[in-house]
Amino acid sequence: MADETHTLHSLTLAAMARGLSGGDFTATELTRHLLARVETIGKDLNAFISVTADAALASAAKADKARASGKAGKLNGLPIVHKDLFCTRGVLTTCGSRMLENFVSPYDAAVVERLQDAGAIMLGKTNMDEFAMGSSNETSYFGAVKNPWDTSLSPGGSSGGSAAAVAARIVPAASGTDTGGSIRQPAALTGTVGIKPTYGRVSRYGMVAFASSLDQAGVITRSAEDAAMLLSVMAGFDPRDSTSVNHPVPDYVAGLAAPVKGLKIGIVRQHFDAGLDPQCATAVREALAALEAQGAVLTEVDLPNLDLSVPTYYVVAPAECSSNLSRFDGVRFGYRAEDPKDLMDLYCRSRGEGFGAEVKRRIMTGTYVLSAGYYDAYYLQAQKVRQLISEDFRNAFATVDVIAGPTAPTPAFAIGAKTDDPITMYLNDIYTIGANLAGLPGISIPCGFAGKLPVGLQLVGAHFAEQKLLACAHQYQQLTDWHEQGPEAFA
Amino acid sequence: MKSGWEVVIGLEIHCQLATRSKIFSGASTAYGADANVQACLVDLGYPGVLPVLNEEVVRMACKFGLAVNASISPRSVFARKNYFYPDLPKGYQISQYELPIVAGGELVIRLDDGSDKRIGITRAHLEEDAGKSVHEGFGQFSGIDLNRAGTPLLEIVSEPDMRSAAEAVAYMRKIHSIVRYLEISDGNMQEGSFRCDANVSVRPAGQQKLGTRTELKNLNSFRFVEKAINFEIARQIELLEDGGKVTQETRLYDSLRDETRPMRSKEEANDYRYFPDPDLLPVEIAADYIEHVRQTLPELPDAKKLRFTDQYGIRPDDAEILIVSRALADYFEMLAGETAATAQIAANWAIGELSAALNRDGLDIEQSRIPPAQLAGLLDRLTDQTISGKIAKEVFEAMWAGEGSADSIIDAKGLRQISDSSAIEAIVAKVIAAHPEQVAEYQSGKDKLIGFFVGQVMKESRGKANPEQVNEILRQKLQES
Amino acid sequence: MSKTACIIAAANCARHPAGHAHPEFLVSLTKDQVQHIATLARLSLAKQEFDDVVAKLSRIVDFVDQLQSAPTSNVLPMAHPLDQAQRLRPDQVTEKNERETLQANAGAVQDGFYLVPKVIE
Repeated sequence: MADETHTLHSLTLAAMARGLSGGDFTATELTRHLLARVETIGKDLNAFISVTADAALASAAKADKARASGKAGKLNGLPIVHKDLFCTRGVLTTCGSRMLENFVSPYDAAVVERLQDAGAIMLGKTNMDEFAMGSSNETSYFGAVKNPWDTSLSPGGSSGGSAAAVAARIVPAASGTDTGGSIRQPAALTGTVGIKPTYGRVSRYGMVAFASSLDQAGVITRSAEDAAMLLSVMAGFDPRDSTSVNHPVPDYVAGLAAPVKGLKIGIVRQHFDAGLDPQCATAVREALAALEAQGAVLTEVDLPNLDLSVPTYYVVAPAECSSNLSRFDGVRFGYRAEDPKDLMDLYCRSRGEGFGAEVKRRIMTGTYVLSAGYYDAYYLQAQKVRQLISEDFRNAFATVDVIAGPTAPTPAFAIGAKTDDPITMYLNDIYTIGANLAGLPGISIPCGFAGKLPVGLQLVGAHFAEQKLLACAHQYQQLTDWHEQGPEAFA
Repeated sequence: MKSGWEVVIGLEIHCQLATRSKIFSGASTAYGADANVQACLVDLGYPGVLPVLNEEVVRMACKFGLAVNASISPRSVFARKNYFYPDLPKGYQISQYELPIVAGGELVIRLDDGSDKRIGITRAHLEEDAGKSVHEGFGQFSGIDLNRAGTPLLEIVSEPDMRSAAEAVAYMRKIHSIVRYLEISDGNMQEGSFRCDANVSVRPAGQQKLGTRTELKNLNSFRFVEKAINFEIARQIELLEDGGKVTQETRLYDSLRDETRPMRSKEEANDYRYFPDPDLLPVEIAADYIEHVRQTLPELPDAKKLRFTDQYGIRPDDAEILIVSRALADYFEMLAGETAATAQIAANWAIGELSAALNRDGLDIEQSRIPPAQLAGLLDRLTDQTISGKIAKEVFEAMWAGEGSADSIIDAKGLRQISDSSAIEAIVAKVIAAHPEQVAEYQSGKDKLIGFFVGQVMKESRGKANPEQVNEILRQKLQES
Repeated sequence: MSKTACIIAAANCARHPAGHAHPEFLVSLTKDQVQHIATLARLSLAKQEFDDVVAKLSRIVDFVDQLQSAPTSNVLPMAHPLDQAQRLRPDQVTEKNERETLQANAGAVQDGFYLVPKVIE
């Protein structure tokens, strides 16, 4: 076996599943092999905050035993890593923040629980922008993550560690969260597949909240098929989350076979305005042409309020985050300032020293837009514009099945390039934010290159149209091999 | 109160709902546990956990709304009230702000002069309670216990319709009585299950514009409500008469000094930044649900009072006392149903001897040492004249002390009333013979002496002679002799 | 310039080298306002951090100010992406005492109480 196991990391999740069930290798062998990459490549890229090697090997042994006794779960023995925003019992859950540097969660998030119950093995927790606030992974207290395609570049964010780990073939799959594009944008910038399901499709229980009405858990993988495998397990009703939807979960893997022929794809004109990098535009246009050649019908749709989505988001998300992060006060968990002279001092210093600059800015923005005298002008107005943006999407989905376009305006950018002005960083999410505001599912898949850097194609669907997105992505991946290309340095 | 001033009072009553688990978590609400053993992940605001609404609090709020003729909102919304305080784990309190579950009710209170007054209820909304801070025993620290955090509260906000501390207390008592009738709260004020904030202002009589108000926080007994408001009224009037101004502020009542003083911790201007809680969806209540809840409403105090005067013919004032507590009213009804005595006698005993004994021993009516059927047995003996009223009280005490039923005590102690006229005649003859001087005085017109003779006969019979017969026979014999 | 063009212009700026001065850069929040917000949010800020926050917060507020121009007079505010009603939970006690585990993350506890500097009422 040893001869064959040295390339195990290049397999997709589906291929690993076949290998495990066919007895080509064991879960223990697979886990050992991948853990070695976590320790080496993972460290080099700064993709991980915690590695759970011992627990992973113990789980792998259990998975092998389960398989031997014919009790293998759906994902038995398959590796997964979690964004460090998901609570994991007995394991550090830092959210990329000094505030939670020593926080050991006493419970598992729903996503963690479901994957574990299906037999998946957690190898570690991935680096991320602090509390998921960022689009470049530079706001992490644990340092920036490097893009495997060019280690001077950012992998995007906030699920940057997850995207880098999958792109570098450390693991085939990683969980992520997406509040304004935090799964899809890093997927685009690292040449991976990233899906953000419909709001309410996956339980938010145990996902440390950034902006509750926008946050949604998803996965980063190398193929649409792998994403479908994981989503089938992750999705579903959870009574512990009031916003979780009690809606049957289809078999996403079985649905992948649906042909592209006849699929109505909407194109948004503004997506191709001057803001989009020309090489990215070319790659996206070619991908659309390839789908059209397969029988998809392309039509132009209008999202008249699209240009207001970024400012709307930067009112709604900070408002919710300012309140969500109030619980970090140095009393029950998290960073506590030393020798506080009074209660005010305990609060202000614990929070002032525990949170990084971007988190503080967003808390303050949110505090401002909710404060007396500004609420109507900012928060309430943003909620109304959010309604307008959602109506635009509703109208569009009355005539098309999916909306396709670029995921991000540019390919990966240099670490440090956009840290000076918050707005230039925020505008990275211009194409992804709309889906969060309207609660829609979105997927980013590799569709070519701008120079040597991968480009992402985004597909957005109506509520609960994950199956259409996955099928379209899968069919595209039957025609193309962009998703099979990885950074050579980590082959 | 000084003349020339009008007082305006509005109350915000915080009523703890009697659920088993908390409003947004499955932790127990039982009182008196060790610090923080009933504070679960959700109550502590742990990262990643989420609130899920308890169905029982919705039902209870609906019951209250229906009981005070309010409308139940088909759609109500939970908001976050943001502020930092150690007893508030999440840094925000989940409460209802713009769209409360109950809006626009009213109730009627009875004033001292016997007239009725309508008090408007602006709204009632659901919210979570905070924990508590303990300031002693931790050196330079305060200890925080979050067991109470997340306990469901119904905050009942009145219109500023009350014009005296007495009216405020009458209103609070009425609400207290209603929530206990509905069995949505135990109303236990010592444990903080029922407390209120009072908004108090004064204005020159006849002035339309309201004066500047102060808010008196956390008044947890009827007596403190009355005293705190009266102190505050006097303080405000004195301030204004001296040419000063009332500052709008939050004040605490210090029961040891019987005064109110500004709360230091609330001095900083608050900006609560209310916004809809994104973790909770709008609460939708269908019309048929409301109808269903309406079917489960018990008879309420006002209706019960009317029925008691109609059905039992008891005095309205007695009915008013009996209906304050649903348990007392139930006791009365069982008693009246079991005994051959008139309902008025049953009422007298429930309000009189029984309530006095309960008070004396600090017991609730549910803990009465004499169940209604047994007390009925006593009243039966009173009615069939086996014993006199005076002896009945003696028997009652013996029953209270656990000596048995009325009949067994009467027999054991030989307390049966003497109704045999020949026996009474014998005693009367003996008394007349022993007091010739008084007999002479009586016969010369001093009618009042009849009381003396009755007393002597009762004494001679050790209280057992039938007082009516004694009276009758005495008058007759005194005439004759 | 249309709003879209504005955003794209800004996006293009983003690709300029760090430190590029934006012509539309305005400081619309005062230091006092920023201090008030920091106090409301209970955030201590170091001196150099404070000046940076004043500048960047102003930039953000100016940016989101473009929402004011959107015509929303008859639009209902949207708080949730899905139009659903709150689900209710049965009134059952499901939690046990886990104080020891839950207090393991706390900075200061005594006799089961969380400790904070003395609060004066």
